[in-house]
Amino acid sequence: MADEGPGRNLRPLTLHVPEPRFRPGDVVDFGDLHLPGAGETRRPPIDSAPADMRELCYQLVRVLDEEGRAVGPWDPKLAPERLLMMLRQMALVRAFDERMYRAQRQGKTSFYLKCTGEEATSVAAAHALHRDDMCFPSYRQQGLLIARDWPLVDMMCQIYSNAGDRLKGRQMPILYSAKEASFFSLSGNLATQCPQAVGWAMASAARGDTRIAAAWCGEGSTAEGDFHSAMTFAAVYRAPVILNVINNQWAISSFSGFAGAEATTFAARAIGYGIAGLRVDGNDALAVHAATEWAAERARNNHGPTLIEHFTYRSEGHSTSDDPARYRAADERSAWPLGDPIERLSGHVTRLGLWDAERQAAMERELAEQVRLAAREAEKQGVLGNGMHQPLSTMFEDVFEEMPWHLKEQARQMREEGEAAGL
Amino acid sequence: MSGPVRAMNMIQAINSALDLLLARDPDIVVMGEDVGYFGGVFRATEGLQKKYGKTRVFDTPITELGIVGVSVGMAAYGLRPVPEIQFADYIYPALDQLVSEAARLRYRSAGEFTAPITVRSPFGGGIFGGQTHSQSPEGIFTHVAGLKTVIPSNPHDAKGLLIAAIEDNDPVIFFEPKRIYNGPFDGHYDRPARAWSGHPEAEVPEGYYRIPLGTARIVREGNDVTILCYGTMVHVATSVVAEKGVDAEVIDLRTLVPLDIETIEASVKKTGRCVVVHEATRTGGFGAELSALVQEHCFHSLEAPVERVTGWDTPYPHSLEWAYFPGPVRLGEALRRVMEE
Repeated sequence: MADEGPGRNLRPLTLHVPEPRFRPGDVVDFGDLHLPGAGETRRPPIDSAPADMRELCYQLVRVLDEEGRAVGPWDPKLAPERLLMMLRQMALVRAFDERMYRAQRQGKTSFYLKCTGEEATSVAAAHALHRDDMCFPSYRQQGLLIARDWPLVDMMCQIYSNAGDRLKGRQMPILYSAKEASFFSLSGNLATQCPQAVGWAMASAARGDTRIAAAWCGEGSTAEGDFHSAMTFAAVYRAPVILNVINNQWAISSFSGFAGAEATTFAARAIGYGIAGLRVDGNDALAVHAATEWAAERARNNHGPTLIEHFTYRSEGHSTSDDPARYRAADERSAWPLGDPIERLSGHVTRLGLWDAERQAAMERELAEQVRLAAREAEKQGVLGNGMHQPLSTMFEDVFEEMPWHLKEQARQMREEGEAAGL
Repeated sequence: MSGPVRAMNMIQAINSALDLLLARDPDIVVMGEDVGYFGGVFRATEGLQKKYGKTRVFDTPITELGIVGVSVGMAAYGLRPVPEIQFADYIYPALDQLVSEAARLRYRSAGEFTAPITVRSPFGGGIFGGQTHSQSPEGIFTHVAGLKTVIPSNPHDAKGLLIAAIEDNDPVIFFEPKRIYNGPFDGHYDRPARAWSGHPEAEVPEGYYRIPLGTARIVREGNDVTILCYGTMVHVATSVVAEKGVDAEVIDLRTLVPLDIETIEASVKKTGRCVVVHEATRTGGFGAELSALVQEHCFHSLEAPVERVTGWDTPYPHSLEWAYFPGPVRLGEALRRVMEE
């Protein structure tokens, strides 16, 4: 067949399957990564038409330069107290992650997931939003809760699924919910929160409210239909919403190329929808703050949604369930050209004369102690598997507002069978 | 309270329910493909945008997952969205937002967030809709913890059930049998179509009333066999029973989840026989659940195996629609078999 018919002189097709640049054992060199310098990207007026600012989707909003100076039009000019508070909260997130990661390794819970290297994308964003702006996080935004002063013990009880867990031990660790902190219940399914955030923002706008919404998802999950539906709705109704894409380069073991990064940037997804897009150095807390503030002001003034790509790097594995050494080069983290967000902000406040290495070290010791004490407090209410869980009957509650007969019957069956078995 | 009564078809009754609730509760929003200016492809939302404005009744992009996902977010804000999915056959892209989000939100957040959403969607066949405009996917949703599923069979119930569904604080799938939007259908496709006018259940109060979810209706009392059915099949069942002279008790379930087990149990214990009827495909369908429940609750009263009369386990074929549809012949045969035992 192949040498007959109309196709006989055509070249065979080939399928392109993306491959990351570095695998375990490779020498890492990010030298050819195109990174505009700090201060180089312009800051358009907040009411700019998306078509007039498309180039920002391919550049990088950066404020902190190599020497720790804040430069350029995006400098948010934050007060010293604000800078130090952001630094402290980012360091607290890291200390919290360290402690909870260890707790999982000690068998105190089933799962944990750090955000190491990405602390700025949550903490600095939270500082640029109002506390009652509604956040629809993904699973690596523990920094939002910490920046909103949410009690560590409450977070830990959730992670331990213990007797003190407000969510009654129903959710996997880190799938928090904190309505009082305007922090939406986390799903384990990816990008579902994107259209939900848009819906919340549409409702707020329809009601003449003043609050806006923000969602976070990873670059990998921008491939989900939910992300694209969210973009369509956000564009169509000019919803007051910020859609954050945390491009940390890796979705478990799949590099960003499997979400389309070989062809374009994630910020550039905004162009096709006619939405404002910004691409930001996610390891630069001042840039994250400035971009979020720009987008929030834009939304608050009815100029519509913004897509922000936070260009960052996932310094650790995806979670406690994977070993990154199996799929990526070991020194990617140290070679990452945009550094570490905590070190960079610490360097900035040091340069401003507000801070020094001694105070940084003392703060880190203090935060580690704070986290240790919180964990001790949480563990008094149990850890996963030690029996200090919620009463069995809670399993059937909250499926519906009122329990229908079939659930009552199943609850009774469980109780009776348990009793018959002497449990 | 429910005011004067007027003859309505099912579309008018649904429109009346939406109109009333939009007027009563500023949190209610109605949305979907073509539902705004145009009033919906089946006209269920006609006139509502003009009356309540574009921020409460509006058209949406063609993305069912977006429609439901946005509804979940609006519900989290505090609204009570009533999205329309234009055909039940189009609902599958929204499955994740329904199954993993709307249905689980109360449970996973221990009540911090809820999803009081009513998804209206025309379903079922008998209109030459082929395989993508005829499906009955209720069994997919009755299988999901946290969702309620409601299916009316006449204008009066459609209004009262829709009001109850929208006011319910849990997500509800509200499937509207589109074959009977404009008139009851007894399965005799070769006879002239009938309108709702003159039918007792087409006398619909103009005012507010609700039919509690989880209550079945005994359409016809009888002693020899119980027929469990809903939607279009209610009319097929009552017609066949009359034609065959069978003393059957016909129960319109109205709500599949939560199910009115008491009415079912009392009836089957009285009659000792049971036929389950639905238009959806058989394997793993809601009829399987009904059959199992009848067996569990009424085993010692049964004098014959429970029969299922359903659509075949095939896609809904366009030209062979009436061979697929579980019409009078198949129900008649099932009744004959079950009565012979």
